[in-house]
Amino acid sequence: MAKSLFQKVWGAHVVRTLSSGATQLFIGTHLIHEVTSPQAFGMLRALGLKVRYPHRTFATVDHIVPTDEGEEPFSDKLADAMIKELRKNCAENNITFFDRSTGFQGIVHVVGPEQGITQPGTTIACGDSHTATHGAFGAIAFGIGTSQVRDVLATQTMALEALKVRRINVDGKLTPGVYSKDVILHIIRLLGVNGGLGYAYEYGGSVFDGFTMEERMTVCNMTIEGGARCGYVNPDEKTVAYLKGRKYAPKGADWDKAVTRWLSFASDKDCAYDDVVNIRAETIRPTVTWGINPGQAIFIDETLPKVEDLPERERGTAIEAYQYMKLQPGKAVKGTPIDVAFIGSCTNGRISDFQEVAKFVKGHKVKAGVKAIVVPGSQLVAKIAEEMGLDKIFTDAGFEWRAAGCSMCLAMNPDKLVGDQLCASSSNRNFKGRQGSPTGRTILMSPLMVAAAAITGTIADAREVFSIKS
Amino acid sequence: MSLKKITQVTGTGVYVPGDDIDTDRIIPARFMKCVTFDGLGPYAFYDERTQPDGSLKQHPFNESPWNKAPILLSGSNFGCGSSREHAPQSLYHWGIRAVIAESFAEIFFGNSTTLGIPCMKASGADIRKIAGLISADPIAVITLDVSNRKIHCKGAEFDAHIADGAHSALVNGRWDAIAELLENNATVDSVAVSLGYA
Repeated sequence: MAKSLFQKVWGAHVVRTLSSGATQLFIGTHLIHEVTSPQAFGMLRALGLKVRYPHRTFATVDHIVPTDEGEEPFSDKLADAMIKELRKNCAENNITFFDRSTGFQGIVHVVGPEQGITQPGTTIACGDSHTATHGAFGAIAFGIGTSQVRDVLATQTMALEALKVRRINVDGKLTPGVYSKDVILHIIRLLGVNGGLGYAYEYGGSVFDGFTMEERMTVCNMTIEGGARCGYVNPDEKTVAYLKGRKYAPKGADWDKAVTRWLSFASDKDCAYDDVVNIRAETIRPTVTWGINPGQAIFIDETLPKVEDLPERERGTAIEAYQYMKLQPGKAVKGTPIDVAFIGSCTNGRISDFQEVAKFVKGHKVKAGVKAIVVPGSQLVAKIAEEMGLDKIFTDAGFEWRAAGCSMCLAMNPDKLVGDQLCASSSNRNFKGRQGSPTGRTILMSPLMVAAAAITGTIADAREVFSIKS
Repeated sequence: MSLKKITQVTGTGVYVPGDDIDTDRIIPARFMKCVTFDGLGPYAFYDERTQPDGSLKQHPFNESPWNKAPILLSGSNFGCGSSREHAPQSLYHWGIRAVIAESFAEIFFGNSTTLGIPCMKASGADIRKIAGLISADPIAVITLDVSNRKIHCKGAEFDAHIADGAHSALVNGRWDAIAELLENNATVDSVAVSLGYA
């Protein structure tokens, strides 16, 4: 019978059915970081258990690292305790740790792919909801809670229920100035923030075929914002080319065998899906959020929706969103003054994101009064960008070039909004208080749109600011 | 490892209305700078119920007797966003022992089940009815009958829903899967070998 990638990978990793009816699934790769793992190691110690497959877990530190402090101890004592705890847990359990001293530290979802740890046809788990990112390689990647981190450490398996699969086709050609970020914001807007409950999303169509691996990662990354626990793109020659030569990718004769095996996991052409959604690429325009969840989004040239024009079930959240965001229904979002601009995160903190923005910001200046920060997703991304001179382009334009980490995506480090500051952000969540201030406001958009906002000091259409012609 | 069979949860209820209540709202990220979950109770819904100057906002978690209620009622897509187990942990340490909502985000649902917190779905209309009952009588007792998937309050009965897997795990005292996962290392190892992971 023809099968989807999800069914093939799931099937290959089944250990058995548990008494609850859930599946015990083998987890090929486990990624950990400092925020959701220390309690799991504590639970292991309490139960007298050991890490069973230490070579299948990789660690990095990302959420709490300051991006403007080189030296330890960190001035934030709690953050300092967390990095030390991770260091200790990795050393005691023989777990590879991409620590700050290695030159390979960074956001867990940037590090996994760039080290070649993320591979097609595998199951991946990490105590972070944006683990869906790794689906870009044709892996089934789950964000998990800390008790499941414990389960994976102790057994390299976890209990899960199978998902349905929704195929999302985006066909045609994106117009200039429209990016993968706009594609996923548009998908979430169309299907809703809970539209994906019970599903894995399989992304395909000519737009995804044409996307680079980094563009695919941006889309898969935000799958969870649409309520789907994992999202993926079928592996193809781009996936293979990306992985070739990376540190943890197979070498020599193993490489050829791996490639054949990886490609065999791609969904069969005639496989059945539980649902199919078709989107035309030409209909997507640069998209920005206006509310307090990522589904509350409009095209930059639209006006903010009137509450009465929304479906009834969305009105309560819309009213709450307008109050919180201090925006007016019926008005344009374009022209709204911003205080902060943030380019980075596991959604848009990769080298191609910075290359693309740098192409356009050369010769422009960040508007006076706007704090604009650029945060590479990993030390390796930072190094490559610096070798290309991108850091200089950003700093010449008035952006701050920072060290690698999650930074202002969730503000567990010192990079935070203050009061009700409004931030144009390339990150993934615009929840209330997400960027560190209980009244701080976030508008999500593509990195180039963030740059346009930084330069004009307002929410802007990057196509106009940078004269991008359709 | 023997676990309590969670067949029913009984107690007063607290209604926190709204859809898409995300895990950043349940516990803001700045309170996750910790290496254990034990102290998280006081931070449940912290920014929703506390002004920046530390004074309290109007919120059901700030009001007696709702602040002592073990059963939380809310809207759709409850617990969306981050995978942080800190969210159900903070609710648990606050004193919440069951959540009734129109729907749940999946990671939150799984994390809560693993902690033995049943998350049961009910219709929006029924949740609003129960909210009306506990608003009129804050000490009204709600009985969440997990076994039979029913909610009882003030003589009224409402339907509740929960996926079969979680239902079976809760009522049979198998909600924390670790014991079962540890049972068959040999099979796990053979799967690892067959996939080239060993």
